[in-house]
Amino acid sequence: MNVIDVRNLVKRFGDKTVVDHVSMQVGQGEIVGFLGPNGSGKTTTIRIMCGLLTPDEGEGEVLGYDLKTDSLKIKREVGYMTQKFSFYEDLTIAENLEFVARLYELKPVSKYVDDTLNDLGLTTRRNQLAGTLSGGWKQRLALAACIMHKPKLLLLDEPTAGVDPKARREFWDEIHRLARGGLTVLVSTHYMDEAERCHRICYISYGKILATGTVDDVIRNAGLTTYIVTGPGLNEVAERLQGAPGVDQVAPFGTTLHVVGSDRALLEKTLAAYKKEKAIKIELGETSLEDVFIQFMAESKDNMG
Amino acid sequence: MSHTIFSLSRLSALLRKEFIQMRRDRVTFAMMLGVPLMLLILFGYAINNDPKRLPAALVATSNDHYTRAMVSALEMTGYYRFDHRVSSAEEAEALITKGDVAFVVTIPSDFARRVERGDNPQILIEADATDPSVASGAISTLGTVASQALLREQGDQAQAATMAASQLQVVVHRRYNPEGISQYNIVPGLLGVILQMTMVMMTAMALTRESERGTMENLLAMPASPVEIMLGKVLPYAAVGAVQVVVVLVAAKGLFGVPFFGSLPLLLSAIFVFVLALVLLGYSISTVARTQMQAMQLTFFFFLPSILLSGFMFPYRGMPDWAQTLGEILPLTHFLRIVRAVMLKGAAFPAIATEVAALFAFVLAFATLALLRFRRTLD
Ligand SMILES: Nc1ncnc2c1ncn2[C@@H]1O[C@H](COP(=O)(O)OP(=O)(O)OP(=O)(O)O)[C@@H](O)[C@H]1O
Ligand SMILES: [Mg+2]
Repeated sequence: MNVIDVRNLVKRFGDKTVVDHVSMQVGQGEIVGFLGPNGSGKTTTIRIMCGLLTPDEGEGEVLGYDLKTDSLKIKREVGYMTQKFSFYEDLTIAENLEFVARLYELKPVSKYVDDTLNDLGLTTRRNQLAGTLSGGWKQRLALAACIMHKPKLLLLDEPTAGVDPKARREFWDEIHRLARGGLTVLVSTHYMDEAERCHRICYISYGKILATGTVDDVIRNAGLTTYIVTGPGLNEVAERLQGAPGVDQVAPFGTTLHVVGSDRALLEKTLAAYKKEKAIKIELGETSLEDVFIQFMAESKDNMG
Repeated sequence: MSHTIFSLSRLSALLRKEFIQMRRDRVTFAMMLGVPLMLLILFGYAINNDPKRLPAALVATSNDHYTRAMVSALEMTGYYRFDHRVSSAEEAEALITKGDVAFVVTIPSDFARRVERGDNPQILIEADATDPSVASGAISTLGTVASQALLREQGDQAQAATMAASQLQVVVHRRYNPEGISQYNIVPGLLGVILQMTMVMMTAMALTRESERGTMENLLAMPASPVEIMLGKVLPYAAVGAVQVVVVLVAAKGLFGVPFFGSLPLLLSAIFVFVLALVLLGYSISTVARTQMQAMQLTFFFFLPSILLSGFMFPYRGMPDWAQTLGEILPLTHFLRIVRAVMLKGAAFPAIATEVAALFAFVLAFATLALLRFRRTLD
């Protein structure tokens, strides 16, 4: 049985379709990354899945419970971390955790709270108001609070935005540890390295799922070719390659230039012509996930006309 | 794990949280107790529907003993304070136009002669009636006071008898408040007004604050049912209401000496129903308002008619029918009748049963509205 099984979800705000026939299946123990540009409908989709928004069309089950009729049951077994910090800033760290523990009827409350504070390393700051925490610490508190009741499904909306690299590393180690124990995770992110740590990713754009699969699948299916250009006068090269036939993206990476195109033959022809003129070195590179996403974004902008 | 609609431990979590927030929000907390005290002092001490010792000007050219007797009799009523003694009508006119005096009393120079001849003695009192309530008390006592003063001064028993007979005795019978002390009427009414204002406003803001700060999203994602969320918001403010009730009742007794003839438990039970109706109204407002500003405006949308049409400011029976009908659909109207009946008339339950029933109807209506309007989702 899939932990998330939603089909053809549609959500409109006014006459704007924000989620457009989204279907998604996530199996138990899977970590799925949810990616897409700003305003593509990630938060909205996640809210539908935890019963915070009612879909205009479509149906589905989360943890085997019907999305439309059993939202209270879903809420008990899902941990949802909101994109914007939405705990009480005028309550202390410990009071926030106590509040959550009591709402989920966790007993004994003090043990859950103490353990969570301990894991977070916030025991000494337990009486600090949550509103006075730094951005990254707020994220960490929110995450700790939403896994306290040992949910079966975690819906995380950009959980690591503004979190330092070490804490991010720890966070992902923790997610993988929990997933090995059977927890299912759907996590939205804008970080490519995080996408690469997911078992599978889903790419959404303008409310439509454009690609889904492992990172390698997504890169392969995108059918892009990437060449890496090195040599002198790269700035000038970059300028001239921009918009040349077969060239979709030109992006400087340190002392190299990544040139990406979807039509391999055309791209090679253009580059070969340049190579004759300049003392540059051109070699076939590996297409990155970021290249693919940028390509997606450029293409969907064209679609929107 | 049970999936019940109602759980005491979840409710207690919500209550705890609300009380902590209330305690931390110093300004609001101070307001909850400060507003009743301020209103009590303002309305209780400053506002008087039967004002006394109003500034008056005396225009008297003669200084005979009839005139003096008349002036002292008027001063004795307590309504007049002769700050200005002038000799011409023009001077007096200027004073009343500027608003320096509320009355001008003119005793003509031939007053004494006419009294002795029995030839229709007259005195003229001009009142600044731009505020009718200022003048009413002062004028209503006038006839009696004036003729009695003359009688005393003449000492003529035979003539006194005839004059007394020809006089229409004005009987002012003020029941329940024989001295016409406005505080007896106002202070119990204030209890209702204070509760109406603070209870509705606090609860109306409480839920909108969650939406505005974004904490609503988290709260809704956690397993709290609409009933629990409603009670969690409403009960803490009802508790604040209880404190306010104690403050006002103690002040009524201690500061203003308002008598209490009825049963305290009966009054407290009625207050409880009233407070419940108010917090539920506030909660209903917060399910409609998107921002705290809107919540505030909606609160005043109910508050102003409540204060004007309930019989707090103006006598209920004196209003036109349509206004009375509007008044009937305000909880405050019914509560005012209850509190005045119980405190001042010593009414027992049967006498106020219909009013209590009306309050219960409001509770049911607002609770239903609140639960129907409550958005379980963010849509
Ligand atoms: N309550 C709402 N009313 C109207 N429009 C909304 C509402 N919520 C979201 N939208 C619109 O829906 C679109 C998708 O928003 P959503 O928050 O789901 O995007 P997102 O993918 O999470 O973006 P981001 O990466 O910036 O968080 C946006 O255009 C947004 O303006
Ligand atoms: Mg988002």
